[in-house]
Amino acid sequence: MASKLTTSNRAGWGFALPGFALIATFIILPFFLAFLFSLTNQRLISPNPTEFIGLKNYRDLLSVAVLTIEPERDAAGEIVRDDAGEIQYPRVRTITRSGDFPQYKGMREWFRWQSGDDAKVVIAKDVVFMKALRNTLIFVLFIVPLQGGGALLLALLINQKLRGINIFRTVYFMPVVISIVVVSLLWRFIYDGNDGLLNNILNALSFGLFEPVDWLGNTDTALGSIIAMSAWQAVGFHMVIWLSGLQTISPTFYEVAAIEGASKWQTFRFVTWPGLRNTAVLVLIVITMQAFALFAQIDVMTNGGPLDATQTLVFQTVERGYGKQDISGGSTISVILFLIVLAISLVQRYLTRERD
Amino acid sequence: MKLKKTFTAALMATTAIGGAAAAQTELALWYHGAGNEVEGKIINQIIDEFNASQSDYKVMIESFPQLSYNDSVVAAALAGNLPCILDTDGPNMPNWAWSGYMQPLPIDEAEFANFLPGTKGIYDGKLYSIGLWDAAVALYARQSTLDELGLRTPTLAEPWTGEEFMAALDAAKASGKYDYALDLGMNDQGEWYPYAFSPFLQSFGGDIVDRSAYQTAEGALNGDAALEFGAWWQKLFAEGYAPGTSEDPADQQTGFIDGSFAFQWNGNWRAVATMAEVDDVLFLPAPDFGNGNTIGAGSWQFGVTTSCAAPDGATAFIEYALQDKYLAAFSDALGLIPSTASAAQMTENYKEGGPLAVFYDLSAEQALVRPVTPGYVVEAKVFIKALADIANGADVADTLDAAVDEIDADIEANGGYGH
Repeated sequence: MASKLTTSNRAGWGFALPGFALIATFIILPFFLAFLFSLTNQRLISPNPTEFIGLKNYRDLLSVAVLTIEPERDAAGEIVRDDAGEIQYPRVRTITRSGDFPQYKGMREWFRWQSGDDAKVVIAKDVVFMKALRNTLIFVLFIVPLQGGGALLLALLINQKLRGINIFRTVYFMPVVISIVVVSLLWRFIYDGNDGLLNNILNALSFGLFEPVDWLGNTDTALGSIIAMSAWQAVGFHMVIWLSGLQTISPTFYEVAAIEGASKWQTFRFVTWPGLRNTAVLVLIVITMQAFALFAQIDVMTNGGPLDATQTLVFQTVERGYGKQDISGGSTISVILFLIVLAISLVQRYLTRERD
Repeated sequence: MKLKKTFTAALMATTAIGGAAAAQTELALWYHGAGNEVEGKIINQIIDEFNASQSDYKVMIESFPQLSYNDSVVAAALAGNLPCILDTDGPNMPNWAWSGYMQPLPIDEAEFANFLPGTKGIYDGKLYSIGLWDAAVALYARQSTLDELGLRTPTLAEPWTGEEFMAALDAAKASGKYDYALDLGMNDQGEWYPYAFSPFLQSFGGDIVDRSAYQTAEGALNGDAALEFGAWWQKLFAEGYAPGTSEDPADQQTGFIDGSFAFQWNGNWRAVATMAEVDDVLFLPAPDFGNGNTIGAGSWQFGVTTSCAAPDGATAFIEYALQDKYLAAFSDALGLIPSTASAAQMTENYKEGGPLAVFYDLSAEQALVRPVTPGYVVEAKVFIKALADIANGADVADTLDAAVDEIDADIEANGGYGH
């Protein structure tokens, strides 16, 4: 094979060349540029020369520290409590903004917990990035089973010989064909806090008992709303992949299973699922990688809000690189994202390898 | 490098002229108003008339949607594809000038002595851009609302104080007739925030950045005045006076006209449309929270790019477009404030005794441009996020501190932005 590729195949290389050139220009080159930029202070537009600044961008993103804050005490040494009995602590800003602790300059509270009377406060240099990282991981964690499982279920449903089955196939696949921007805009109306479709339906179903929820304006529901909508939007795409996998399984296996008297579940467990092995690996990896790239829904529906509840890594990359003209900052996030996705893909490859 | 570019440009220009003797030089013009028919009609009319008025230059317009206009310009600047004449939102101009993409206008500033201050884009002591109009914000209200709630009508000379303003909101809220006492347009998380809301902050005594040297926001954006502003801002949403960031854009657009809001903080570009629907609409000046009252200034303006091969032609077009009749035409169609007093007299709304005449005085007296610094582009983004977060319940002091840190870090990363 190798010799065939390298020697007498000029026409083949000729045909491949435009594709290679495009991939090199728009994927491979920017990929290396991102590495390079992340070590500099490169701006989008600026008359200042670009300088090499080492790992400063990474430090600015990833620096985290834990502070132990003692409660406030009154003149008698008693712990000060508010009316509800909660222990009062001095504000974090008295530490991060004082000249006494230059190592904490520019950091702010990410989250805290109580240990005894003291409060342990985790402060981070870039809280928005940390929240974006957390949200992205949560999104991936939920979207993979939701989208992969939902798509498999739909694929099993439409893999039957029924009248008009093509109508169902088309309907399920439709959201994939519509632009994600349009879908996001529509779902913004559906999630509307006042008279959105979702609130109206829930209200009607519960005979008026349901209190309208501002789905995208509430920190508790915003990310969940985005997850549900994203799962719905792309489920049809993976359904088609599952379907193609289902149709490669030879009908004779099913016949054998039927003759042996296998139940529906047994047929699925021992005939269908093993036959879908390779498809499953593909679907898993594709969904994971797509999920990490979550951007358009955020950009159209929430802008990362409310209170950073829907910040994501790619949204922050664009926001910094383009909006704030900080190409080096954006590049740094994309390098970190690349390392995360690479690590997860390798783990997935390892876990789903052929075991024999 | 720059010299080489200029040389090539000059060479191209001369060959263009020499190649087709006496042929017209084409000047590209980028405009932000794609999708706005009325605006497009007037700008196209100006271009047609300019092209017909002389034979040296031919201006060709390309329109972009406003939302992505700045991104398009920056991308084009990087690719070296900028047009000759550039439409720019006032506060962005210093960034593009500092980056070397715009050149000062070769017009004597004295020519614009009678222009409203907000229409002149001055950076580093030089005039870079000039606008056909300015915009202003006012508190939309109904005379009937004021009468019903027993409120004094504030005037330019005697605006509402902060307490009077909150009392008005309380009265509106207590009447139970409105979904919200006040609408601020919080769903539009873009340039609207610093344009419309930083005057409130200034009225409390703070600012987005310390304007004395533009090197830090410390003290300006997180000082006592700013903290007081932040507490007031949060209260508006926490206590249900105003709809928050997730407000539906359609509801926002029609809310005042439908009567779901008692008051609305809105730009004068919506004034004409609102007057058509609401007979007794009033445009009230901003409340004074103690440190005087200002309103935002500086709207879309025309400038010339550095890469322009024929800056003379570009300048000629800009001067042509600045005729009073065009300023008046834009104003009549869109409700914008014409840049000159003489043009104002030619308009329906801004002539003496006209329904919007108060805006002209407002703009002439109270207009304060947003921070004139290349760093504004980033400062605006930080400000938007801080105000949205505070509205959504974030801790005021921590949020403003974080905003200050981000602004200061950006100024430092850019070597002080050349101030």
